[in-house]
Amino acid sequence: MTERQEQLNTQELIDETAAPAAVISDLPPDNPQVAGGETRSQWRDVWRQFRSHRGAMVALVLFIGVILFVAIGPYLWTIDPTYVDIRARNSGFTAAHPLGTDQLGRDMLARLMAGGRVSIAVGLTAMIIAIFIGSLIGVTSGYFRRLDAPLMRLTELFLALPLLPLLLLMVTLFREPLSQNLGPAMGVFVLIVSAIGATSWMQAARIVRGDVLGLKEREFILAAKSIGTPSRRMILRHILPNVLSPIMVAATLGIATAIITESALSFLGLGFPPDFPTWGRLLYDAVDQMALYPSRVILPGLLISMTVLCVNYIGDGLRDAMDPRIRGR
Amino acid sequence: MKRSVISVLALFAASPAIAGRGTDGELRILYWQAATVLNPYLSTGAKDTDPASMVIEPLAVVAPDGSFQPRLAAEIPTLENGGIAADYSSVTWRLKPDLKWSDGTPFTAEDVAFTAQYCMDPEFGCAVLQEFEGIASVDVLDPTTVRLNFSEPKYPPLQAFIGGRTPVLQKAQFASCLGAAGASCTEQNFGPIGTGPFVVTAFQPGDVVQFTANPHYRDPNKPAFATATVKGGGDAMAAARTVLETGEFDFAWNMQLAPEIVAPMEAQGKGVLVASFGPMVERIELNQTDPSPTLPEGQRSTMARPHPFLADPAVRKALSMAIDRQLIAELAYGPSGMATCTIVPMPTAYDPGNNDCLQQDIAGANALLDDAGWTKGADGIRTKDGVELRLLFQTTVNAVRQDEQSLVKQWWSEIGVATDLKTIDNAAFFGGDAGSPDTRQKFYADAQMFTDAFYIPDPASFLNKFVCDRIPTAENQWQGQNSIRFCDPAYDENMALLHQTAEASKRQEIAKEMTATLTADGNFVLPLIHRGMVSAHANSLTGILANGWEGQLWNVADWSRAE
Repeated sequence: MTERQEQLNTQELIDETAAPAAVISDLPPDNPQVAGGETRSQWRDVWRQFRSHRGAMVALVLFIGVILFVAIGPYLWTIDPTYVDIRARNSGFTAAHPLGTDQLGRDMLARLMAGGRVSIAVGLTAMIIAIFIGSLIGVTSGYFRRLDAPLMRLTELFLALPLLPLLLLMVTLFREPLSQNLGPAMGVFVLIVSAIGATSWMQAARIVRGDVLGLKEREFILAAKSIGTPSRRMILRHILPNVLSPIMVAATLGIATAIITESALSFLGLGFPPDFPTWGRLLYDAVDQMALYPSRVILPGLLISMTVLCVNYIGDGLRDAMDPRIRGR
Repeated sequence: MKRSVISVLALFAASPAIAGRGTDGELRILYWQAATVLNPYLSTGAKDTDPASMVIEPLAVVAPDGSFQPRLAAEIPTLENGGIAADYSSVTWRLKPDLKWSDGTPFTAEDVAFTAQYCMDPEFGCAVLQEFEGIASVDVLDPTTVRLNFSEPKYPPLQAFIGGRTPVLQKAQFASCLGAAGASCTEQNFGPIGTGPFVVTAFQPGDVVQFTANPHYRDPNKPAFATATVKGGGDAMAAARTVLETGEFDFAWNMQLAPEIVAPMEAQGKGVLVASFGPMVERIELNQTDPSPTLPEGQRSTMARPHPFLADPAVRKALSMAIDRQLIAELAYGPSGMATCTIVPMPTAYDPGNNDCLQQDIAGANALLDDAGWTKGADGIRTKDGVELRLLFQTTVNAVRQDEQSLVKQWWSEIGVATDLKTIDNAAFFGGDAGSPDTRQKFYADAQMFTDAFYIPDPASFLNKFVCDRIPTAENQWQGQNSIRFCDPAYDENMALLHQTAEASKRQEIAKEMTATLTADGNFVLPLIHRGMVSAHANSLTGILANGWEGQLWNVADWSRAE
């Protein structure tokens, strides 16, 4: 081979490798941080996506409205929700009682506000407990093969437990010590919240486990594993964000169940004392008078369904917003 | 069986002029609490004893006016006819001749003697043992005469075998069920052979009982219905609808519903409500011992710890004065309840007749507490020597009772008494389980509200509940009936006197004094409402006679259908 030939060959090679470089011929700027304009955090992205979900936005506004109604309302409308005014019993919508009164003359507006505080607090707290236990057990049993069988048998055990006798037992055992230590209302609150939370995590656990099992076989998990990611980071960084959507859905449904279970418990005499209004109790108390005074059933029923629906929509919006495949579309 | 019933029906349908047995088809009864056993010696709940009373009968029943009416007996024993011994040491019952059990075998005095032996067996745990109290032996004098011998003169002498709670069982059927075997005799307990108007054909515990007319019933023209069904389940509200609005059932029991709810249903004209007033009284009991949860178990609600403020008569009286009983009656009971100031409203001869409590007096109650040294604090609650007037008020879960609770709480707050409310499931409250903290006997609260009653028109056995011996304690497994822990030697002396007194007017005097000690004078028990047992029945059903002493089906043999 001649020298000339060698030169040509080298030039060809250089051209070949450097050709794409010519396309991005501009050098990076001196200060790379300003390159893409403003930085975009993940949560801001989520919020941007969430805002474009119209149903979720309406639900969020309504939900904040309900929260304000029960949190601020009692400071503006100061009638005692347990005050019995016999002369005003069964009153309709009047200026003195904008939403009427019940069969003992207690103001419905005040009762709805006081009841909402308890119901929403119970719903949210019980949901948080249930979701926490549920995702913990679901992720653990889905991720660690050795723990799968025992944890799933435990879940089945809880599913098979009859709820009511269990709650009866819990109330009998713990109502008095808790009321003594935390006061009657707070004691019952803690009891009910933990009772509902401890008995409603099973669905969430099963759903989460199923999703984790599916995720584990995906390439990005294998890749993460291959570079030696430890289990803890694996779960927090790769698994949990990807099962967030089923957890969200389970959580929103959980709030509804908790509100309804609380009302059933109050009805059985296991819940809050009778002079402690909750939405569920208002609903149950009014069932007998449904035909005569429909508003007494409709109002608490409307508030319960509205809250549950709002939470469901917010959950739906969050789910969409957090899914990177849908985001930006 | 079914075919024969149908043929009987067809026969009578052809000649409608003669009202006779089995001419009116099916009787549909709804008990919203379902029967679980058909033997009153095992369970005294009305849901069980009422359907059982269609099959098995006592010697006599209590009529609506409080007098006795013979059923299997030929006549009511009295001093005049020699039935009651002159020294009250025995009662001789003469039975109707030629009575037959529903299986065709003759009914004799042996069956009566056997039933007494059955219930009094110490191994058995008879639910109505107190009705047989004082019976030493039972002699069968001849097939239609039986004598109950008492260990000492007994006043009142007529108690056992009176009323649907102590019917006569068939010896031949229950002979193998004596003693400890009694509770496990399922076949017998689910389908007793009786002398009554109906025969059990099918029984599903907790659901439904089905009957057909008894072919051997003593009155050949009764019962008018060929078959009967007692269905259980649901609640009072649904039961009221099925009778008053849809007409699916002919009769429904125990309609404790607010009057404003039932009135529009009744207005539809399909059925009516009937209230039968007996001795049922809704009352508030005030605990005389300290139920504070800070006390160790074993001292809590026991005589060792008197109540810090309910032991003060002024506080009890003020609590009573603050209650507007007439308003409770009007709002929560309507036609099925009347305000009352006594726990023995019937028979009226035993009523002390002090009706001062009917007038609510908040100002008077406040003045009374002021005089007694209870002063209002900044929060409006009265205190004295560091003791705050704050009480825990418990009752069972029931919409009407919760309304009552709210009302009473409000009135008590107006006299400076703070009230915490608590509700307990019916089964736990009345269950009497020694391990549960929520029973009526344990009374781990300051006040409790429920309805109590008694079953024979003499209140002696009822008043006997409040003697010192009957105080529930850990030693007697919390089984005593004296839940208020009332103990007064003078009351116990009166009780002993009542047990030795025969003369009616004297008995009434003593009983009135004892009742007054408990209610108007002492205010240990605050009577609220004299309650009627309310049932609903279709307009087409006739022959129903309200009776507050017996079960609602006490005269089901006389019921018929009017077209």
